[in-house]
Amino acid sequence: MPDPAQGKSAAPLSPRLKQEPASPQPLTLMAVVTPLVGWLVPGGGHFLHKRWGRGALLAASVTCMFVIGLLMQGKVYSANFGDILDVLGFVGDLGAGCLYLMTRAFDWGHGSINLATADYGTKFIIVAGLLNVISAVDAYDIAIGKKP
Amino acid sequence: MILELSHFSAALVFALFASVVFGITQKDTRPQMIRYGVRCFFTFVAGVLAAGWFMYLLRR
Repeated sequence: MPDPAQGKSAAPLSPRLKQEPASPQPLTLMAVVTPLVGWLVPGGGHFLHKRWGRGALLAASVTCMFVIGLLMQGKVYSANFGDILDVLGFVGDLGAGCLYLMTRAFDWGHGSINLATADYGTKFIIVAGLLNVISAVDAYDIAIGKKP
Repeated sequence: MILELSHFSAALVFALFASVVFGITQKDTRPQMIRYGVRCFFTFVAGVLAAGWFMYLLRR
């Protein structure tokens, strides 16, 4: 009678266990530059890869969302170490790259408590920054060949 | 200049731009991107309508 324990050990390994560890991707110049440019300029990482259509759509989406947020009298957070929600708001805003830096330079985005939809504007600005970070990560994925 | 959008139109604008970025960044080929983007948009809109009806019924 076969030993059940022995039978178990003789069972073929699942394909998942058979997989060899992924080799580390070589760090190329494009892999460093494209996410940085993609963060600073919305869609810029995709433009560097000559993905003109995708880059234009990403740039338009992020920029429009950010500008609409400002026009809705949304608040732009400055660097702070106070309330955790304020810190997270700053991190989200910072994701918009040069849009955020321009807003700070021109001293826009003070927010308004008179408008009911001003809070939506604040969220639009934060989400525009977060979407820009996703775009920059996508540009990195293209640079390392993970995405066509 | 002040832009005053209604709650619903703000949600539609949000859904549109977020869906474009999701579609482009989460899928590899163009047909997949379009399909995923459209699906995201309608999911956003359905979520807004569902939440709106839920709050309306909650208030009554």
